[in-house]
Amino acid sequence: MPEPAPSPGALSSGAPSPGALSSGAPSPGALSSGAPSPGALSSGAPSPGALAPGDPSSGSAPAPPRGRRPYRFDPGAVATHAVLSLGALVMVFPFLWQLLTAFKTMPEAVRVPPTILPEALNWAAFEKVFTAVPFREMLTNSLLNTAGRTLGQLVFCSLAAYAFARLQFRGKNVLFAVFLSVLMVPPQLLVLPQHEIMQQLGLLNTVPALFLPGMFSAFGTFLLRQFFLALPRELEEAARIDGAGPFRIFWSIMLPLVRPALAALAVITAMWSWNDLLWPLVVNTDPSKAPVSAGLVSLEGQFMTDYPVMMAGSVIASLPMLILYVLLQRHFVQGIALSGSKG
Amino acid sequence: MAVFPSTAAAEQAERRTGAGGRGGSGARSGAGAGPGTTGRGSQRIAYLFIAPIAVGFLVFYIWPLLETFWFSFTSFGAFGGNSWVGGENYGRVVQDVTVGKALGNTLLYMVMGLMTLPVAIVLADLMNRRGLRGVPVYRALYFVPFVTLPAAVGLVWNWLYNGDFGMVNEALSWIGVDGRYWVSDPSTAVYAIGLVMIWSHVGYYLIIFTAGIKAIPQEVYEAAEIDGAGPVRRFFRITVPLLSPSIFFASVICVINSLQQFDLIFVMMSPENPALGETQSVVTLFFKWAFDENSQGAAAALAFLLMLLIAALTYLQFRFQKRWVHYA
Repeated sequence: MPEPAPSPGALSSGAPSPGALSSGAPSPGALSSGAPSPGALSSGAPSPGALAPGDPSSGSAPAPPRGRRPYRFDPGAVATHAVLSLGALVMVFPFLWQLLTAFKTMPEAVRVPPTILPEALNWAAFEKVFTAVPFREMLTNSLLNTAGRTLGQLVFCSLAAYAFARLQFRGKNVLFAVFLSVLMVPPQLLVLPQHEIMQQLGLLNTVPALFLPGMFSAFGTFLLRQFFLALPRELEEAARIDGAGPFRIFWSIMLPLVRPALAALAVITAMWSWNDLLWPLVVNTDPSKAPVSAGLVSLEGQFMTDYPVMMAGSVIASLPMLILYVLLQRHFVQGIALSGSKG
Repeated sequence: MAVFPSTAAAEQAERRTGAGGRGGSGARSGAGAGPGTTGRGSQRIAYLFIAPIAVGFLVFYIWPLLETFWFSFTSFGAFGGNSWVGGENYGRVVQDVTVGKALGNTLLYMVMGLMTLPVAIVLADLMNRRGLRGVPVYRALYFVPFVTLPAAVGLVWNWLYNGDFGMVNEALSWIGVDGRYWVSDPSTAVYAIGLVMIWSHVGYYLIIFTAGIKAIPQEVYEAAEIDGAGPVRRFFRITVPLLSPSIFFASVICVINSLQQFDLIFVMMSPENPALGETQSVVTLFFKWAFDENSQGAAAALAFLLMLLIAALTYLQFRFQKRWVHYA
């Protein structure tokens, strides 16, 4: 792939400002760090405030302080709200309907015309999900898969990324080019032999089969390398003069400084791992070893038209990621803006 | 696969930090680097840093890639072992009508996927309105479908699209439009799936475009307003051109992703669905060949064809970006 476009400036947040990304609550400025302010990356020293929300360079609306603005009818704003709310409704309604259906009985769900609210909080569909397929095991498998891939990527990618960014060794450029080319291969090209390898290792229908290949990511390496590159060299040199070895420098000085990138990588890796479908379908056909994504497919195969059960299953399957998203919204947004696509 | 918007920026930073100090920056040789970085011992340490991921790549990515290439020229015997068949698999891929159909569908998914971009640009522009409240809430809500696992999204939409009891038909009946069996009708299924694709990705592109729009200086808009440009004119004359680098990035990503469409189709189309053939993408066909029909050789050839298609379309986009992308 040709040298990528210097567009949304996603990585300008690569500026060593640990505070910018990790600071607490979601705020309107969540994305302001995406602004390609040319100064952001060049700022030599770590400046926690460099990209903080509300940074004037980010071009966010210079809204006057909230309480003091006198009320003024603005038809444009009202129309904007109308359009955006309608859109938000379209985005959220399917999930609401999913939740409402999950609590209905089958006759209630197929009533014509449909009734909005279930007559009672009926948990039968949820119970059926757990008895029809080994959903409890599937949730555990999903969790282990997600944890395995995420931890693996954090460890392996950060080690390699640091070496590529800061250490000198023979063959570095060639190796890095090889890494980059891995990035460009669509996953379908690898699935068949990967399946065969898992078979040879005797790992088919085991949890490690779910996460093993996904622990190694060219994308993660590339992403973290960009962040390491943006850190000032003086820090390492000072540590080196103090007698710290490369691993020590990596672990106690450099790694903490790229924490925001690690968080973003962890969160999107977790999301992709939890949501992944193709690979689990390939390696783990045994339902008790499959993750919830594949579990939903087998639920669909068994229940065809019993929509309350399927909705209950999909509520449970999507809830963990949804909770994670609510808690770590900033990191999601950051990770997504940095990544582009699945990897 | 992923594209990185800001390699250039980071390389710049690299050069800057390198030039200021000792000159041993990452991309170049270790000539000028400090004493701690060039010794044989530290080279060995560098290899230790790289080793775990290098082994993983070799086993799970590089070797499989070579193997797939080999597979694409072989046929799998019934009792294991594969034999060389030359270009036969590629011949099948080129001649098979289902491949042509799947390719057509895949391109249709791509076109529908690209229609997400204008929707997301308009939304990002609306949210950029000065002093508008509640924007973070909107942004959070629009993003929810992207976070949700595609398997669940597929099930929910199948329920909404249900021909007898679905809410889509119900809502259409309010405005006097007759309902349909959206996902089992061969003439609508592919669009029904495309619509879900758009729905679930709007939030993602919204994030990309919001980042781009925030970078446009507010003064530009103010100046245009003073000159009497209305919102529509400002949108087409300021937002769209100044956002073109983001639009370019988004369209590259979008093409790559939508050509690999699998999850939604797989979940929404049950094996006995009469519209199955009308919705099959290259990747679902690949999956079918590789794991249901045991024709791995042809599947491998198909995967290479897809990679070529992706590479070609990405190359073309980079090639023609000069025509419409304005870098500040």
